[in-house]
Amino acid sequence: MTMIFGVPLAVFMGQLMLGLINGAFYALLSLGLAVIFGLLKIVNFAHGAMYMLGAFAALLGLQTLGLNYWLALLLVPLLVGGLGMLIERYMLRRIAHLDHLYGLLLTFGLALIAEGTLINFFGVSGSSYPTPTALQGGYNLGFMFLPIYRAWVLLAALVVCLGTWFIIERTRLGAYLRAGTENSALMQAFGVNVPQLVTLTYGFGVALAAFAGVLAAPLYPVSPTMGSSLLIVVFAVVVIGGMGSILGAVLTGLGMGLVEGLTKVYYPEAANTVIFLVMVLVLLVRPAGLFGKEA
Amino acid sequence: MNQAAETLTDYPDLEGAEMLRVRNLNAFYGESHILHGVDFDVKRGELVTLLGRNGAGRSTTLKAIMNMVGRRTGSIVINGNETLGMKPHRIPRLGIGYCPEERGIFASLDVEENLLLPPTVRSGGMSIDDIYAMFPHLYERRRSQGTRLSGGEQQMLAMARILRTGARLLLLDEITEGLAPVIVQALGEVLVKLKARGMTIVLVEQNFRFAAPLADRHFVMEHGRIIEEIGAAELASRRDHLNTLLGV
Ligand SMILES: Nc1ncnc2c1ncn2[C@@H]1O[C@H](COP(=O)(O)OP(=O)(O)OP(=O)(O)O)[C@@H](O)[C@H]1O
Ligand SMILES: [Mg+2]
Repeated sequence: MTMIFGVPLAVFMGQLMLGLINGAFYALLSLGLAVIFGLLKIVNFAHGAMYMLGAFAALLGLQTLGLNYWLALLLVPLLVGGLGMLIERYMLRRIAHLDHLYGLLLTFGLALIAEGTLINFFGVSGSSYPTPTALQGGYNLGFMFLPIYRAWVLLAALVVCLGTWFIIERTRLGAYLRAGTENSALMQAFGVNVPQLVTLTYGFGVALAAFAGVLAAPLYPVSPTMGSSLLIVVFAVVVIGGMGSILGAVLTGLGMGLVEGLTKVYYPEAANTVIFLVMVLVLLVRPAGLFGKEA
Repeated sequence: MNQAAETLTDYPDLEGAEMLRVRNLNAFYGESHILHGVDFDVKRGELVTLLGRNGAGRSTTLKAIMNMVGRRTGSIVINGNETLGMKPHRIPRLGIGYCPEERGIFASLDVEENLLLPPTVRSGGMSIDDIYAMFPHLYERRRSQGTRLSGGEQQMLAMARILRTGARLLLLDEITEGLAPVIVQALGEVLVKLKARGMTIVLVEQNFRFAAPLADRHFVMEHGRIIEEIGAAELASRRDHLNTLLGV
């Protein structure tokens, strides 16, 4: 049997794959956080709750309406994104002139309300969402077994991340977004409806989280607390990558997933803390983050 | 995004019709009261200057017209539309281009993206080819990051990008500040061309020698008020008086 530093190749690759999958979720979520932070300057503490709502909406849609996975993947982000736009329009905008800390507190409160309400109705134990038929089974690659659904998650996450990067870096709408991030007052003086842009941006960031939630539903138990536990890691990822760049958020997300996977292979005891260790090191050496602009 | 047409009252493009009328304008940044009843008006096709010492309130006047200050009272009529109650993003859609004192070139955009950024507010703006013909340096550097340009090139870019939008009233804040004499001269030539195209221009300037030959009228500001109006014809005879007002 092939060994990599004393670990069987299949085990090594299997953990790497798991790490990449986690990394794909880190990437999707930190990407949304970065987009929102860019324009609104708010650290969106409701992001985990939106991810959780995405998974729940898919589950409830299936159970009550028979909404299939593919439709859920399309409709749930729109639905949750719409909810996000309402939150921005009627709550965040009211306090946008205050210190951004208030926005953070408000989104934190909303996250706790969403989580608490769902715990009240569904408990914390979590339910499973069936893997869609077309994506069941897997390939034997010789050196490892690759479940199709995991490969799909990786592919879908990468496509969405690259699509987002393309919109922001290569389109006119993206130019509005980047410019609005730098100087929104001047954008208004050019005739751009910045408040509308802010609403759309928040909705889009939240829709990314909901999309991740639907992707996650067949992989992890769907429970009201699934978002809050993930979000803490994602915040660490964001600190490591820095709020500066879209591509930075994606690469850091994937990279930290891999680091976690590798740690699971060689020193499983540290697997849950290694990202926070990296975060502390990055803060000490390069506080703006790996891809952030130094102040 | 472009709803210019619906808010625009289309006045006939007659020379001499009123483009901008400011009456008893008061403006505040938070608690600080900066403008204390500014009154002036600008006719279509005119180039006027706002002169004054540092802190007189010239930049604030332009920002107040764009609704970029805290609170405003009084009246600002642009092209026949009262704009005091208008949202900031509606005002440029009346056909106004604003060039801020700090230039406002975006670092996250390259030169061409900066140039293409402001949405069209009216038809009849300059084409991108016309603009590159007027500012050949910008064409050469179109793929550079906006803030990598020299000060002079950034100023050209800040001007060029509002010419594309079809704006007919330009508010230009200290466009010659800190620039080399050759560039100042080039900017002067640009202003002459814009005037020939029928643009109405409000020019905030420190460099009086630059402004004097271009302007039809000069307004002198002090402590947030207009204290003097001097027509181009009176300039020679009132030069000493003006120098006293400006403290030069
Ligand atoms: N954002 C702001 N908040 C509070 N006060 C301001 C602000 N911007 C300007 N001021 C004050 O308003 C007054 C007028 O400033 P303004 O920028 O209009 O002057 P100016 O005539 O353009 O002169 P200059 O550009 O040479 O400084 C100054 O006293 C200035 O300190
Ligand atoms: Mg000024």
